[in-house]
Amino acid sequence: MAEMNLVEAVNRALAHEMAADPDVVLLGEDVGVNGGVFRATVGLHARFGAGRVIDTPLAEAAIAGAAVGMAAMGLKPVAEIQFTGFIYPAIDQIVNHASRLRHRTRGRMSCPLVLRSPCGGGIHAPEHHSESPEAMFAHIPGLRVVMPSSPARAYGLLLAAIRDPDPVIFLEPTRLYRLFREEVKDDGAALPLDACFTLRAGADLTLISWGAMLRDTLLAADALREENVMAEVIDLATLKPMDMETILESVARTGRCVIVHEAARTAGLGAEIAANLAEQGLYCLQAPVRRVTGYDVVMPLGRLERQYLPDVRRILEAARKTLEAV
Amino acid sequence: MVAVASFVINHTGFINPKGEAIQPLPEFARDSAALVSMYRAMVLTRLFDRKAISLQRTGQLGTFASALGQEAIGVGLASAMEADDVLLPSYRDHAAQLLRGVSMTEILLYWSGDERGSDFAGPRHDFPNCIPIASQATQAAGVAYACRLRGEARVAVCMLGDGATSKGDFYEGMNLAGVWQAPLVFIISNNQWAISVPRSAQSAAPTLAQKAIAAGIEGLQADGNDVVAVRHVAQRALDKARRGGGPTLIEAISYRLGDHTTADDASRYRDAGAVQQQWLLEPILRLRNYLVSVDAWDKDREQALHKEGAALVEQAVEAFRATPAPSADAMFDHLYATLPKALWPQRAMALARGALDAEGGAHG
Repeated sequence: MAEMNLVEAVNRALAHEMAADPDVVLLGEDVGVNGGVFRATVGLHARFGAGRVIDTPLAEAAIAGAAVGMAAMGLKPVAEIQFTGFIYPAIDQIVNHASRLRHRTRGRMSCPLVLRSPCGGGIHAPEHHSESPEAMFAHIPGLRVVMPSSPARAYGLLLAAIRDPDPVIFLEPTRLYRLFREEVKDDGAALPLDACFTLRAGADLTLISWGAMLRDTLLAADALREENVMAEVIDLATLKPMDMETILESVARTGRCVIVHEAARTAGLGAEIAANLAEQGLYCLQAPVRRVTGYDVVMPLGRLERQYLPDVRRILEAARKTLEAV
Repeated sequence: MVAVASFVINHTGFINPKGEAIQPLPEFARDSAALVSMYRAMVLTRLFDRKAISLQRTGQLGTFASALGQEAIGVGLASAMEADDVLLPSYRDHAAQLLRGVSMTEILLYWSGDERGSDFAGPRHDFPNCIPIASQATQAAGVAYACRLRGEARVAVCMLGDGATSKGDFYEGMNLAGVWQAPLVFIISNNQWAISVPRSAQSAAPTLAQKAIAAGIEGLQADGNDVVAVRHVAQRALDKARRGGGPTLIEAISYRLGDHTTADDASRYRDAGAVQQQWLLEPILRLRNYLVSVDAWDKDREQALHKEGAALVEQAVEAFRATPAPSADAMFDHLYATLPKALWPQRAMALARGALDAEGGAHG
């Protein structure tokens, strides 16, 4: 076992799967010799060659479209879109092709691709480099949307995404790339998709989050423990399809729920979770479900991004209000 | 000042609108049986096309995009392709699809609004119709790349319309193909119209073929109403791609004799007289005239072909009519390889509603 950060874990997962499966190819801008702008693909060009680690022209629609063509032919392309802010030219391929190729051909063809893209704020990146558009992708039928919150989960979930026979949007929080290290066993073991991870058990309150916000959510849970409040912390991990079963089971025990996400509030995934709780778990609830989210504003540039991002204080505030309600 | 780049776009034609050979025909066309088989494919396409329109007009088919006047492009191209080449068609390319083995019944199913029409028994590796314009161009580059990476001597063939050449995806696809020297043939069916917008309003470029030059790939024109010319240039481009010689863009010049689709009325934006003039150039008449001139065709054979074609079309229509609608839960099939648990309740709802509808209970 080795300690690694999240971007190293992504690199190890890619290397493992490329060695194990000759159908896995990487493509994107600067993913080759340069090893990716975040170094997620470093060393892979030298190890696997230019035929399988492809530096593409600077065109996101082309990257996504080529990945669809490759996937339809049985390759397993892992395409990198350098930042989610630049993913929009690729949306046509994602919505109109990748997500529906299997469905529209009644299973004759399929599209086993992974689109990796760094997302989220907190690293003082330039304009268009810090957004959290996961809910847009989660709205598209036929896709899986995954966001890891730690190096170990990045490793296992990325392996699962590459092995999955359907298209996966794999969003990597830039803030976590080098924030902390943890033990990751580079053994090729995938983690399950379509399932939440319960990171802390607790009977008083359910905290649900994903991606970079898990860090602050766990810190909030620590602070609550000091007050003898035991919060259950759930990492949503696969944002679509959503594992409501685990969430409902948790809320049935705790009766209280706070959802934390970095993305804007309106029509965010917090709303989807809250709606599901209202439909299927209302009678378990002892307090209104609360959301701690980004604001419904354009993602501010670096100087204000800390003001935008939910933090431990805001999570604790919401948790306490939820705990107060009778 | 020195010129650092220049280019020439060549145009290829063999049989003129009167049905006369204007230069020696290529090897394959000296065998009149090969020409007769292409003639047959074009006639069958047109008979099918006519039937599809009449089915739509009588409420038995959804919107349909006719290939009237453009039969030579699909037939010439498909005649030159190998079975394991990969076709990425647009939505007006059933001439090529039929010749490659997609059945008339499957095409009717597709346009009737049934996904099973894209699950054709024919070339299982060919792509389904691409409706979002030009989005198949970048996919074709990926297909070609995959074929080459695996060391397969297969070529990706991407069919597009003239309107598609205005899209970024078209440039991005050509650019990728050029950089990768991918085994890929782009063929533009330039039918002069993108719904109501004429070729002249689509681009100031004198030819669409020259758009290839900017991507560093060969671009050429062919008379798209001359099936011999289309097959000849397609064959050369396919051979070149197969040999590792890289991609080619073919602009096949034709004319859309029908409406854009059955939902369109072309008389709103174009002059009937101009369309009448184009009927003098259409591909089937010109090949018939040529075949008659070399004693390879006559009235009896023409009648027999129409009789045979009508019967084939009728059989296909019968099979189409006999295909019941899918059950309500089919919309959940093939959404994913395995339906995620999160969707099970929705599938159950659809099934229940489908059962009610079947009983006639849902709408009283």
